[in-house]
Amino acid sequence: MSPAAPPTVDVGALPLAAGGHLLVRRALRALPDGARLTVVGTDPTLALDLRAWARGQGVPVEGERTLVRTPAAEGRWRGAERAGGAGPDGVVDVPSPRWGLALRGAAVEAGSPALHFPLATKAEVWTDEAARMYRKAAAAQWDPASLPWDTVVDHPAEVEDAVVQVMTYLVENEVAALLVPARFLAQVHPHFREVLQVLAVQAADEARHIEVFARRALHVRDVPGLSTSGGQTSLATLLAEPDFALSTFLLSVLGEGSFLTLLWFLAEHAPDPLTRAIARATATDEARHVAFGLAHLGAHLAAEPDLRVRLVNAVTRRHQALAGTAGLNEEVHDALLLLAAGGWEHAQLAEGAARVTKLAADMDEGRQQRLKLLGFDAAEAEAMSSLHTRNFM
Amino acid sequence: MLRAPSDTLLLGAVAYDPKVVTIWEGFRLWFAERGLDFDFVLYSNYERQVAAHLNGEVHVAWNSPLAWIEARRAALARGIACETVAMRDTDQDLTSLVIVRADSPYRTVADLAGARVGVGAGDSPQATLLPLHWLAAQGVTVEARRFDVLVGKHGDHVGGERDAARALMRGEVDACCLIDGNHAAFTKEGTFPLGAVRVLGQTGAYDHCNMTVLGDGHPEMGRFVELLMSMSWDDPAVRPLLEMEGLREWRPGRVEGYVALEAAVERFGTIDAFLADVG
Repeated sequence: MSPAAPPTVDVGALPLAAGGHLLVRRALRALPDGARLTVVGTDPTLALDLRAWARGQGVPVEGERTLVRTPAAEGRWRGAERAGGAGPDGVVDVPSPRWGLALRGAAVEAGSPALHFPLATKAEVWTDEAARMYRKAAAAQWDPASLPWDTVVDHPAEVEDAVVQVMTYLVENEVAALLVPARFLAQVHPHFREVLQVLAVQAADEARHIEVFARRALHVRDVPGLSTSGGQTSLATLLAEPDFALSTFLLSVLGEGSFLTLLWFLAEHAPDPLTRAIARATATDEARHVAFGLAHLGAHLAAEPDLRVRLVNAVTRRHQALAGTAGLNEEVHDALLLLAAGGWEHAQLAEGAARVTKLAADMDEGRQQRLKLLGFDAAEAEAMSSLHTRNFM
Repeated sequence: MLRAPSDTLLLGAVAYDPKVVTIWEGFRLWFAERGLDFDFVLYSNYERQVAAHLNGEVHVAWNSPLAWIEARRAALARGIACETVAMRDTDQDLTSLVIVRADSPYRTVADLAGARVGVGAGDSPQATLLPLHWLAAQGVTVEARRFDVLVGKHGDHVGGERDAARALMRGEVDACCLIDGNHAAFTKEGTFPLGAVRVLGQTGAYDHCNMTVLGDGHPEMGRFVELLMSMSWDDPAVRPLLEMEGLREWRPGRVEGYVALEAAVERFGTIDAFLADVG
């Protein structure tokens, strides 16, 4: 609108309640404070609706149809504050609690309520990799129905018992792996939305894993295997860890890292194509969880070097808490051995035992590599890895 | 035993909606931060509030226009001064409308003689007393059909007006009465389909609620009014409360906007029984 244009807005036959108010508001906002705007139109109730609308908006009216532009014309935009920048480079170190659930970069109306999220600093949760990791995870979602559920199981009954026992064990571990990110998900300030999205997909991944492991356990059998006290005690220490960084470290870097090795072991040695396919599919997801844990812990360590000490303490503390438990239960260990053996021949059992021994060594080596990625030296990595729970997760 | 401070400035308000608690609790804290010892008492209806005010139980009452007239007349009878010290910007210069269906044969207000006219609660100034008085003043006698929702709340609750509007669309009444702002609001929410109704008449401008003070009020009344007037839409702490209470700014009270309602109350004898009761 040029300065010379007459200050009128023509709403034609449009009633104010049928969109006419948008034309009025737009014209009013384009004017400087103190300017007049005359509203022209043919709707018979235009003048009375205009007066009522202006009253509610705090806009002064002169005569029948002339409005006065005041700061009230800005409505809820008046005094609104930007919630950081829109892109990943707009992430701030400490977002305001008043930004609440708003999209990063949105204008937040003055007087919006303060929402207090326990995880509300960039140093605690952020990694620049989060957006890319979320996109990758979203694109990699797979359909459990696509697995070969028509597989006919023809291995010995005891080998199937071993598969059922391993699946029973996997499910309770994956429940823990679902609950931990889900709990922190609700604590992260939504300003770090890419982190929320990664944690949400992780939870969805675990939900899918629980489905396929449970379904495999009951593929042939009517009942699952044994859930042991030691296994649940180990997982309970994960659930009890209230600190996001320490929890990520214990669960994603050490626990899921070890699980990744276990799933590749199953992908290679499980006795039937269905179990092998399940292990391959779930391992791909777990690899992403480990990568996210490493990425945001790496960023956290860069911002807060003292975190190293807390990570060491966390492993030690958990080790001590679990010192009185049996570690990996006999049932799972023996089931893995029999599953890898595939039969009762002496040679098969010897081969199975060798594979399980190698599994433990592979897990240890993987943990040490990941610890080195976080900046621990070889001796530290070796010591910390040795303290990791014998229950794997 | 704990005792309430005796010098607290007390305001009476009617709890026509749960948000009333949020509003006045918010204002109470806001006043406290500015050093004013303020508290509020909620009543379930305006008649109880006016009676309590006359008994000195509160120092200022947030009154409907009808409650203002009840308080003013009862105070007059007792020889007590009665004044209004503040009102919302949105309380000033309201009008009420008489609405008919667009396809109805009514062309002028006079055509409504003998027609069924849907109105709000019997004690609603805007949806009942003022428009019926406006019709009667023009010599038009109608058959009023009341849609009583929450009597005692003086029409603060929109339910009665909406029920009357729905009755109009169902053809159960020939016209209905409502406050001007609800014409657009009912169109927007779909109670009135676009183009389905016509405005047959509009009352003159009148004022709505006010802060009423009887007699000497309270030593801190000047400070209370000063703080009300200083409340700004630009203050994030107070904006949500102003929005809930439906105003952008407080204005000094005035009494010129109640002339038509005084006449309506005379015509219908609306508050005669109440005045006789409170003596």
